[in-house]
Amino acid sequence: MFKAISKQFLLLLFLTTSLSYSFAQDASADGDVATGEKLFKNNCAQCHATGDAVVVGPGLKGIEERRDYAWLKKWINNPAAVIASGDKYAVDLYEKYNKTQMTAFQSFGDPEIKSILAYVKSANEAAAAAPAGEVAGANDSGTQEAGGGKFFNIVMVSLLVIMVLVLFALIAVLGLLNKLSNKNADAGPEKSFVENLKNIFATAIGNKTIRNAIIWLFLLLGSKATFDGLYGIGVHQGYAPTQPIAFSHKLHAGEMEINCAYCHTGVYKGKQAGIPSSNICMNCHNTIKRESPEIQKIYTAIENDQPVEWVRVHNLPDLAYFNHSQHTNVAGLDCENCHGQINKMEVVEQRHSLTMGWCIDCHRQTDVNSKGNAYYDALLEAHNNVSGDPMKVEDIGGLECARCHY
Amino acid sequence: MDNTNKRYWKGIEELKNDISVVKNADQEFNLEEIDGGTHRRDFLKMLGFGVAAVSLAACDAPVRKTIPYLNKPVDVEPGIPNYFASTYSEGGDYCSILVKTVEGRPVKIEGNKLSKVTNGGVNARVHASVLSLYDIEKLKGPQKAGTDISWEDLDKEVTSSLNSANAIRLVSGTILSPSTNSVIQEFKQKYPSTIHISYDPNSVSGLLEANKSNFGKAAIPSYRFDNADTIVGINCDFLGTWVSPIEFAGQWAKGRRLTSGKDGKKSMSRHYQFETGMTTTGAAADYRQMMKPSEEGALLVALYNKLTGNSIGSSNFKSEIVDKCVADLKNSNGKALVVSGSNDVNVQILVNAINTSLGSYGNTIDFSKTINTRQGNESDITTFVSELKSGKIEAVIFLNANPVYDHSLGAQIAEALTKVKTSISFADRADETAAKCTYIAPAPHYLESWGDAEPKTGSYSLMQPTISLIFNTRQYQDSLLKWSGSDSSYQQYLKNYWQANILGGSSWVQALHDGVFETGASTSTNTAFNADLSSAAVGSLSSNKDNGLEISVFESIAIGTGSQANNPWLQELPDPISKVTWENTLALSQKTANELGVAQGDWAKLSAGDYSIELPILIQPGQAHGTVSVAMGYGRTAAGKAGNVGQNAYPFSVSNKFWTGGAKIEKTKSGYTLAQTQTHETVMGRQAVVQESVLSEYVKNDKAGRFEPMIETSTGPKKPYTITLWNGHEKQNHSWGMVIDLNTCTGCASCLVSCQAENNVAVVGKKEVVRAREMHWIRLDRYYSSDENSEYSIDINHLRRMEIASENPEVVIQPMMCQHCSNAPCETVCPVLATTHSSEGLNQMTYNRCVGTRYCANNCPYKVRRFNWWKYFENDDFDYNMNNELGRMVLNPDVTVRSRGVIEKCSMCVQRIQAGKLVAKKAKRRPEDGEIETACSQSCPTNAITFGDMLDPESRISKILAREKEGRAFHVLEEINVQPQVSYLTKIRNKDKAIASETHEAHEGHHA
Repeated sequence: MFKAISKQFLLLLFLTTSLSYSFAQDASADGDVATGEKLFKNNCAQCHATGDAVVVGPGLKGIEERRDYAWLKKWINNPAAVIASGDKYAVDLYEKYNKTQMTAFQSFGDPEIKSILAYVKSANEAAAAAPAGEVAGANDSGTQEAGGGKFFNIVMVSLLVIMVLVLFALIAVLGLLNKLSNKNADAGPEKSFVENLKNIFATAIGNKTIRNAIIWLFLLLGSKATFDGLYGIGVHQGYAPTQPIAFSHKLHAGEMEINCAYCHTGVYKGKQAGIPSSNICMNCHNTIKRESPEIQKIYTAIENDQPVEWVRVHNLPDLAYFNHSQHTNVAGLDCENCHGQINKMEVVEQRHSLTMGWCIDCHRQTDVNSKGNAYYDALLEAHNNVSGDPMKVEDIGGLECARCHY
Repeated sequence: MDNTNKRYWKGIEELKNDISVVKNADQEFNLEEIDGGTHRRDFLKMLGFGVAAVSLAACDAPVRKTIPYLNKPVDVEPGIPNYFASTYSEGGDYCSILVKTVEGRPVKIEGNKLSKVTNGGVNARVHASVLSLYDIEKLKGPQKAGTDISWEDLDKEVTSSLNSANAIRLVSGTILSPSTNSVIQEFKQKYPSTIHISYDPNSVSGLLEANKSNFGKAAIPSYRFDNADTIVGINCDFLGTWVSPIEFAGQWAKGRRLTSGKDGKKSMSRHYQFETGMTTTGAAADYRQMMKPSEEGALLVALYNKLTGNSIGSSNFKSEIVDKCVADLKNSNGKALVVSGSNDVNVQILVNAINTSLGSYGNTIDFSKTINTRQGNESDITTFVSELKSGKIEAVIFLNANPVYDHSLGAQIAEALTKVKTSISFADRADETAAKCTYIAPAPHYLESWGDAEPKTGSYSLMQPTISLIFNTRQYQDSLLKWSGSDSSYQQYLKNYWQANILGGSSWVQALHDGVFETGASTSTNTAFNADLSSAAVGSLSSNKDNGLEISVFESIAIGTGSQANNPWLQELPDPISKVTWENTLALSQKTANELGVAQGDWAKLSAGDYSIELPILIQPGQAHGTVSVAMGYGRTAAGKAGNVGQNAYPFSVSNKFWTGGAKIEKTKSGYTLAQTQTHETVMGRQAVVQESVLSEYVKNDKAGRFEPMIETSTGPKKPYTITLWNGHEKQNHSWGMVIDLNTCTGCASCLVSCQAENNVAVVGKKEVVRAREMHWIRLDRYYSSDENSEYSIDINHLRRMEIASENPEVVIQPMMCQHCSNAPCETVCPVLATTHSSEGLNQMTYNRCVGTRYCANNCPYKVRRFNWWKYFENDDFDYNMNNELGRMVLNPDVTVRSRGVIEKCSMCVQRIQAGKLVAKKAKRRPEDGEIETACSQSCPTNAITFGDMLDPESRISKILAREKEGRAFHVLEEINVQPQVSYLTKIRNKDKAIASETHEAHEGHHA
């Protein structure tokens, strides 16, 4: 009876351990390119594209081949001065773009400019690699799905190895002890190895301390694993289901830099960001890439009057109320805060755990975006009267139950 | 005056110290009937199942689909509600509404404040109508003799049979829609033999006829209850059901509002009510007198004689308050109003004569705008029945009409319908009439329809669909147009009609947006009175004789005429006075019950003429002796699973006068428990739960009637709030609170249904209500009061007085919901912190944390916490709206549907507060007062509930409290220092003296 239970317990233990070690992946960020990207988006993207396209000013593809770094730095820091100096390239540029002068970025030093250039370069490289990348991405998603099993195997094997090692160590220790005691007794014939092993086991099991230690070790490990496993119920971090259309956020949000709210129309307005309706896709795809089999799926959907059934990636339980606009519009948070770097995801996955603890952690750490919002004036004043620290979400009731549960 | 010398009681059982009340006084729930307990084996089974379920749930997540629009409408954003103005118009009842839709499905009705008729008020039936939209028992498409038929075939067959028919009759309820009337005219042109007959189940054709003979106009004038200093209602429930109750309640409340302070408004109208059964209007009146239905004429003749000094007949009507009433009417100098709900033309002529002699026309009665909500003509329907029986009629169409059920001649109609060659009904289900028809061409619910209404002269209102058709239905206007040979759709017809006849060049889109349109049109105001009073007096006095036991058939607030009977929200809505749910009863006074040998808990057979019904007995304080009241609207046989309850009382309404004499009651069985909600909680001997006084005292002292408890301490008596064990909760941002004016609350229960719709409150059914497990978050406590404070006196005079008091008690209605105590007793006892306090003054309930110990409910001094004894959704034991997919479409997506085993209670509509705050935050400003309203405060037709932020000095609630803090504002159970966020304003009756002192004096006089 006990055996059967302990067997089940072990099985449960393994299961829960494997569940608890969920597959957190930290996207490693290329510092330089990442800074550059941020700078580019905040300062340059209004007028320049990273590719060939002309927005207001010229596209920046191959800019480092066209001009040397010293010229570029001078130009970025003070374009008016370069034009005034009579530099031919600069004057031509000025004439070509209807005498629209570029804004001066005097604060940009070498690191900033270099980062931006690095980003432009990498963006173009990525664009060049895009078709290949797509295929690779598809493969990636496949391996990712299998990733769970692989990881499980690794854990199993390593656990097994550790256990075997522990076993050998114990045997060695016991053997040594036995030998010592035998030497003291100095009697009896040499026993076979198997017999020795038997003896060692018998002694070990007969030893109360060792027995208790082993039982306690298993109990403690088991309960920890059980608790970890239970905490993992309903947590689907890393969930990346296959969607009916192989839509790439990496392409649309990443390379094409389409604003998230262009498709997710509700994200600044309502509780749901919303999945774009097919007519939004058609804004572009009635001309772009019509022949692609993936895009043909949208056409088919419209013809058959059958909406596309996407698989929901981010699921909150019904008992929790979440409102996007509170976080995006009022708090001014970026989508990446909760969704991870969507613009790098070929297939969208749930990057964070979306547990209540995760929500609460953020509410404890995040400052309230109270600047220029008269709603918070009284609260801010009251807070500053008693505390010198910045006002966190927690300080204005951000941890209260009925903010999310009703 | 201290009000603690009054005794409050909630039902006759408590006054009598009935064994069941004594036994259950300290119990929240009536648990006796629960069979068995939980056994060890069951527990283990559940445990095992639970573990298995959890491990299964852990295995993998269900794949959830998210399906966007193919082509998203510009104005629809998932998750953001849209509001559309529309019109509720059912059987003559009218309300201008806003419909909240989420992703294309209506989930909530709110009042339209732009309306000059209903002024943003809504009543219980209007709120509940959104659930009727999702009634699964409606017909899914057209039918011929019980089998499905296509619309094309139906049109073909109907047109050919109409073409060959010689006498066509169109029977309808009151039609408020001018464009529909025009459609009917077109139909008549195509089929000239058509005669349109309209009737009302709750007819006022007596009033229409009287006005026709007195003023030459068969119309109902506008009433101005707000202009009247003295109001006399005679069997007329104008606050609950009569003609235009939402409008009248708003007007009445204007005249009843008081404000404390030096410059406060300290005058109010005086309201007399003479009635048979106790209604909310009678409960709200200052002076109430019981009378039999047969005595209406005698009362009016007495009033007329005393008012004018002439004698139009001799009246033997006995009442202590008639003289007082006459004096007040005279002193009002034209600002007086007498209304009667009688359907007897002679009685209404006398009412007109009295109003004429008082000079009410032009002051409180206005013929320049007439009310169209009741147009039914009794003689027309009587003629129709005789024609039907003679076999003369060859085709009949029923439009919003179910006369087989809701007319006293229903049985005859049912029988004679077989003689008609072609019969068609537009009913949404095979109801009592439609089931007897050849064709059913089901019309959609009003929330799926286009339409319009003219409830009052010059006040127009539009109806627009808020959801696409759920079933294969077609608007009856479209059907009629099609059968008339027109190609136009009714939608186009309506627009054309409005542009040609109503809008006068104004924008159609604007009118559709506003929902209402005022043309300012009026009718002639000629009110020259012309009547033969003595013959009217003779006619109305003819019934004033010994009629034996008289049956009064009345319209209840919840079920009304029964057209919405299959609505579980309305069925479970406790009657504001009797507190009975799920059935109608035989209401008797204690004295009459004793004489007849029946008691509460008995069933009895009530018979009059050749009709009889069997119903449970209800002992109703305030019921006239020698009468029995039965609600209409029950006893449907083809309404559906929720609606087929109770017994039909219409056949007792002989010649539609809503009463009959010579009734007999025989006890049939006993030992029955009514599903009544009032006796479920007791006040545990606490006397200051309701606080009230009379106007004469209030004028002298703003705090009249207030009970101000003092706590004895070592340093002398102190106010409860000055000594505390608690640290309190700091509120820096908002302090949400409510003020409820007991003076203007009529108990109409609009708030209750509004709350139910907003907060996904479950329907539990009759059996569970009997066990005191109803889930309503707001209840309307109804207290009867009499002046007796001691239960143990053996003085015979005392006992006699007690009996008299219970015959016609005063009534106070007190809405009671979670008081959001700042020192909340529930919070301290929760072992898992599932109920906590917010920094905005709310007492929060977290369902997913609750483990169901019910300690909080046990510790709640107001008994407002509700426990989910069962899973009420997707459970066949609770086969109401939450048990089918269509019915669940009414659920509010912003509020969690609670599961079994957790406590729930009023959240002060925290979802609305959060939404309102977010709107303000997005606009980078503070929320404006009135921007955030709770479901109850939003819907109150009398504005008795004011919700707002008590930290905002400019809010209405702050202003009321600033004024009433040293006046009428009180907290319930102040002495226990829980410091609620909800305040009440004392009820002030416009009486000369409180009943306590009046009867005490009489008593002393008797001894002297």
